[in-house]
Amino acid sequence: MTAPKRSNKPIFWALFGGGGMLSALIGPALVLVTGLLVPLGLGFGPQSMNYEQVHALMTSPLLKLALVVVISLFLFHGFHRLYHTLHDLGVHITPGIKALCHGLAALGTLVAIALVVSIH
Amino acid sequence: MTAKRTYMRPMTNWWQRLPFYKRYLWREATCFGVIAYALVLLTGLWRLSQGAEAFTAWRAALASPLSLLIHVAILAAFVFHSWTWFEVMPKTMPFIRVGGKRVADDTIVRSGVTAAVVATVVVLVLAAWGLK
Repeated sequence: MTAPKRSNKPIFWALFGGGGMLSALIGPALVLVTGLLVPLGLGFGPQSMNYEQVHALMTSPLLKLALVVVISLFLFHGFHRLYHTLHDLGVHITPGIKALCHGLAALGTLVAIALVVSIH
Repeated sequence: MTAKRTYMRPMTNWWQRLPFYKRYLWREATCFGVIAYALVLLTGLWRLSQGAEAFTAWRAALASPLSLLIHVAILAAFVFHSWTWFEVMPKTMPFIRVGGKRVADDTIVRSGVTAAVVATVVVLVLAAWGLK
């Protein structure tokens, strides 16, 4: 007798919840800083977020891990919510659409890991 | 076999029936903002790995009117996501009991929002210090 097949749903709901919590806590501040305050020079100098500075920061293993976690959890959260909402809008969610959503989030995670590893 | 003739309630444009449904869809739509911002960060990381010239171009593009406009929309999505995330927290988390009594919904929402405000201040202080 084979063991009963276990659902993979808890994993993706945990990633959705983790990403939802992280983005709810620090997301608005991150967007405000990197997308508006720094580019507009409000409270930050013109040299803020230049290559030398960001490169130096991104040599830190801790910041590499933090950036990968942010990108990965945001993607898993967003894509999970996306296909659930598509279902609510009447789109029949096939295993293929699910795999595509989780696959894109996983791909983004792998790309982020490869990129931080390549930065010395 | 004859075709089933069960009554099916029509669901076309269901979100237009109640303001609650519309708000629900706006909440769910915040996922586009979250995905978009993850892609902005991923692009920046990719440009950083390519060297100074590529990253400087990405950094300059952040200051373009289109990028600023997009980030205003992304910020609005994040703030709404954050607000609604803590608003439903009494329903999404297991009951917490303190001294045999369930913690009130209001207390849970207020704690969540307070945590978000504190986290926001921490990120702003760290950014002001790290991105001088």
